[in-house]
Amino acid sequence: MSGDVVLDVAGLRVVGLPSKAEIVTEVDLTLGRGEVLGLVGESGSGKTTLGLALLAHAKRGTSIASGSVTVCGRDLLTLPAEEVRRARGRTVAYIPQSPASALNPALRIGTQLRECLNGSASREAHREEEGEERVQEVLREVALPDTPDFIRRYPHQLSGGQQQRIAIAMAFIGRPELIVLDEPTTGLDVTTQRHVLETVRRMCEGYGASGVYISHDMAVVAGIADRLAVMYSGRVVEAGTAEAVLAAPRHPYTARLLLAVPDLAAEREMTGIPGHAPSPLARPGGCAFAPRCELAEDRCRAEQPAPVEVTVGHTVRCVKPGSPPAPRPATPLRAGDGGGAPVLEVRGLSARYGRTEVLSGIELTVPAGECVALLGESGSGKTTLSRAIVGLHPEFDGEILLDGEALAHGSYRRTEEQRRRVQYVFQNPYEALNPRKTVRELVLGPVRVLRGRVADPDAVVRDALERASLRGDLAGRYPDQLSGGERQRVAIARALATGPDLLICDEITSSLDVSVQSSIVELLRELQRRDGLSLLFVTHDIALVRNLAQHVAVLEDGRIVESGPVERVFTTPDHPYTRSLIDDTPHFTPAFARLDSRD
Amino acid sequence: MTETATVPTPAPGTPATGAGRREGLLRAALRLRRTRAGLVLTALVLGVALLGPLLAPHSPTEFVAAPFSGPADGMPFGSDQLGRDVLSRFLHGGLTVLGLAAAATAIGVGFGALLGVVAGYRRGVLDEIVMRTGDVVLAFPQLVAALLFLSIIGPKLWLLVLVVGVSHVPRTARVVREATLKVVEQDFVKAAEAIGVRRAKIMAGELLPNVSSALAVELGLRLTYSIGLVAGLGFLGLGLQPPTADWGLMINENRIAVTVQAWAVALPVSAVALLTVGTNLITDGLARASIGIDRGVRS
Amino acid sequence: MYRLIFKRVLLGLVILWAVSVVVFLATQALPGDAARAILGRDATPERLAALQAQLHTGDPMLVQYGKWLAGTLTFDLGASLANGLPVGQYLAPRVSNSLVLMMIAAVIATPVALAVGAWSALRRDRAVDHATSLITLVLAALPEFVVGIILVLIFATGWLHVLPAVFAAGEGAVWQYPAQLVLPTLTLVLAVSPYIVRMMRAAMVEVLESEYVQQARLKGLPERTVIWRHAVPNAIGPVAQVIALQLAWLAGGVVVIEFLFRYPGIGLALMDAIGNRDLPVIQALSLLIAGLYIVVNLLADIIGLAANPKVRTAAR
Repeated sequence: MSGDVVLDVAGLRVVGLPSKAEIVTEVDLTLGRGEVLGLVGESGSGKTTLGLALLAHAKRGTSIASGSVTVCGRDLLTLPAEEVRRARGRTVAYIPQSPASALNPALRIGTQLRECLNGSASREAHREEEGEERVQEVLREVALPDTPDFIRRYPHQLSGGQQQRIAIAMAFIGRPELIVLDEPTTGLDVTTQRHVLETVRRMCEGYGASGVYISHDMAVVAGIADRLAVMYSGRVVEAGTAEAVLAAPRHPYTARLLLAVPDLAAEREMTGIPGHAPSPLARPGGCAFAPRCELAEDRCRAEQPAPVEVTVGHTVRCVKPGSPPAPRPATPLRAGDGGGAPVLEVRGLSARYGRTEVLSGIELTVPAGECVALLGESGSGKTTLSRAIVGLHPEFDGEILLDGEALAHGSYRRTEEQRRRVQYVFQNPYEALNPRKTVRELVLGPVRVLRGRVADPDAVVRDALERASLRGDLAGRYPDQLSGGERQRVAIARALATGPDLLICDEITSSLDVSVQSSIVELLRELQRRDGLSLLFVTHDIALVRNLAQHVAVLEDGRIVESGPVERVFTTPDHPYTRSLIDDTPHFTPAFARLDSRD
Repeated sequence: MTETATVPTPAPGTPATGAGRREGLLRAALRLRRTRAGLVLTALVLGVALLGPLLAPHSPTEFVAAPFSGPADGMPFGSDQLGRDVLSRFLHGGLTVLGLAAAATAIGVGFGALLGVVAGYRRGVLDEIVMRTGDVVLAFPQLVAALLFLSIIGPKLWLLVLVVGVSHVPRTARVVREATLKVVEQDFVKAAEAIGVRRAKIMAGELLPNVSSALAVELGLRLTYSIGLVAGLGFLGLGLQPPTADWGLMINENRIAVTVQAWAVALPVSAVALLTVGTNLITDGLARASIGIDRGVRS
Repeated sequence: MYRLIFKRVLLGLVILWAVSVVVFLATQALPGDAARAILGRDATPERLAALQAQLHTGDPMLVQYGKWLAGTLTFDLGASLANGLPVGQYLAPRVSNSLVLMMIAAVIATPVALAVGAWSALRRDRAVDHATSLITLVLAALPEFVVGIILVLIFATGWLHVLPAVFAAGEGAVWQYPAQLVLPTLTLVLAVSPYIVRMMRAAMVEVLESEYVQQARLKGLPERTVIWRHAVPNAIGPVAQVIALQLAWLAGGVVVIEFLFRYPGIGLALMDAIGNRDLPVIQALSLLIAGLYIVVNLLADIIGLAANPKVRTAAR
């Protein structure tokens, strides 16, 4: 058995400098030959730090404090530096998150591939030739051209998918025993993601290599991992075989995380986790998840739970493992008959950036009180369209009508009333709020511009925050004192305070963790149901569409290729592009989160 | 002096990891030892320049001894090339350097910041005009530009302030424009535009507060260079004219006799050196504070 | 790529032309009779007449500028008012003297500063780095004449009496008197280096933090390959611009240094010309210094473009 253990991590602890905050602590992992371990965690959980520590590397400002990382029988943390260097690339290799920045922009890809081979053996002439052959071979294996012309290219001459394949080739070229993959598909569109995942799977099998696949995306990990380790705030809170964990998660966090993943069939309710993960600098005593856990008791807050083996090979750090909440059926969305008078109509809209046409012949209608999803991948023109609607991209032809009345192209030429009625929420909550203003100033600013003086500004702020499910005492804070989810709620509150009829949400959940994303979606559903707000929800995530919208318009390369009621489009898609989007999105239905499994 | 600011641009809106309130730039800078050392040096020289005239034993233009006399009673640093008291001239000579440098910096950084924000926000033709005009000014090393104008029109103080100030404008404008461009890309500016906030108000309320760190650093840098330029022009004989007491001019007047009467040169040179080093230390402290001293841990 | 280079060159020419307008306006477009204004009240009638003829003061402003520009373009810069020599002939040896000084300073300062900057970055946050940071900060703050005077006080007059305080060579080329060159060169080197050091350090730190350097390390490459193949080439690029700026700055910086050390170059010539109100020499030198700045910057731009693979491959 021990001969088949490729990776054995024991008591690993990585601390930040100079604060000594524990970024990763008390981590134990084992991985057998040919197995793939899925390392799942939300941002800030320490998963990337852990991944780098598997190569005995610590980013600047961090340091591996204690523990062991044994790869193929050798503890990398006690080996001399020169030995560690030799082990990297040949025993354990790393595939980075963003190949665009991990490939050297000034070197040809051939050079960057070839240098992985140098130094491992003598540099005789015939070795050089062998190296060239190996480069071509590995390029073929990742389904890239092996022509001399291609090998001479620079990274910027490749597409995002090709760059990621180069990174994969770079990892496998030295025939390592263990590969660490750090979110290798993040930022790729679903079709490219599927191809890259297939390549990774095939390569791991072909080389008999073990893998550690780091990701925040449960759906992606479920499709590739044999074993799962769930991280929360620096610790592995649950680990076991993928099958066992997905069928019966024993840690409340794992369970809630699974329930937060949007259901592609929209039968199960997607429920967020309230609050946000603590920073390593301000971790509570006891279980780090306790403040967000509805099952928490006093002892959870008092002491750090030790790992408990619930079944063979399935460990949980929880004092009362195994009573997770059950999935709830989704509350049906407000019926969307599309019969209501349209709030917004877009007619024959075309737009260009310089000489390139980014949108052409767009027809779109948002009925009052309903949600229309605009579904498209990066570069499809969805942001340009939403910005044109709100008056931030005035260079377009065609018409945008609000209640049947044509809007001026630029926001400055629209009336105050028009600007008030259509509000916009931006993608990145870290950039959408002026860091020099308090929440109160942020919320009141637009109100004062669009509605003039208000009698009771405090009431306006309180009311807006409440509608966005924020505590009133946040009004005095600055954005950098808020978490990402809170910032996005402030942005929503800012829009709501002016009393809009239509809210345009541009990928507003894409930079948030899945548990926070779900609570934002809950909020939007609530606003639609309770207040009758109309929504234009712009997204690349097909599963979200199903959970939020009554209508969908699919945007590909600046054209709407298909539109209609969500139910119809998802069950019988007409256009091949829509079909490929549906097929390439991982269908994630873990046994635990299936509604029927409980009856 | 040269104008390459090796100052890292602050990133507006960088999320802080801690829960504490973002501390002010000055407060953060003050926690650095170099800022405090810079403040002490600057305060020392400033004290000499401001209080000096009150403490001077003699009038700066009074002949009290034979030229280039050594130290004597009531004349601890001897006399200069015309027999005036070196100490008294030194104590009187700082105010002009400081006043002229401060005025030139205010003009340069003020107009530079204004042009930089407007050019960075409005872009287009205006941006082109500002930047290309700046290129022409930049082609003259600051000292050469000052020499060119002062030599033809005459060594007038208003002209000196104007020329030094104007030569700062394109340099400051570039830095502020770069900082503005980074802020303009952020969505909170677009949010204000979508709501229809007036452009002037966007520049004052959304952009300016977010380039203030870069501006503070630029102010310190330009002040340092202004002091060097004003003193340098005095040294070349194109600043203050005799018989005024002025540090730059003192160096010019006494440098031929540096072997017999080193104090008349050493005193003003040390003062200028301490002052520029002091302001530059403060500037560096501000620059470091503005990028965040310890970004904390993030994974 | 050639299109881009062509555009830069064109822009450089336009700026050069604008600079000539500024120089002309600053010197000749004075209210009233420029010649009289320049020479002052006690000018002899002969000198006044000579200057009026040379400046074409009788003509309208535009014609004056045209004649002046035509003269400049054909290297007919007129005659010095102070000594009657043609300006070109008067300045040629001084230009070459200054070039010698600048070249020696550049050749010493650039590699040393790059090495110190890179070394400091590799030893980041250690004692060497802190010391480098403090020394460059102090040197960058000091005006160059202050540095020069401090050096004179240390090496020539006050403490050690090992080097001459002013340049006092006899006939022949300046480089025949190496001891005389030490202090002026050292002053220039100390004035120029801090910026290059700081920029190189900052660029290296950024590159060493980059993901591609991390990836190179994780690939198991030897540290010297990581530094020499992955880090240094990517750090030099942004620094090239700063080096160019500093070298161009030398053209202006020599003025004070030459005045301080009485070194017979363009700086001293400019100061003499200012003292003598020698207008043609002032015009020629201002234009020369600004022109040098534009050319050096243009070269740096072109080298920067040629070194960037994104620009280079875009042309194919």
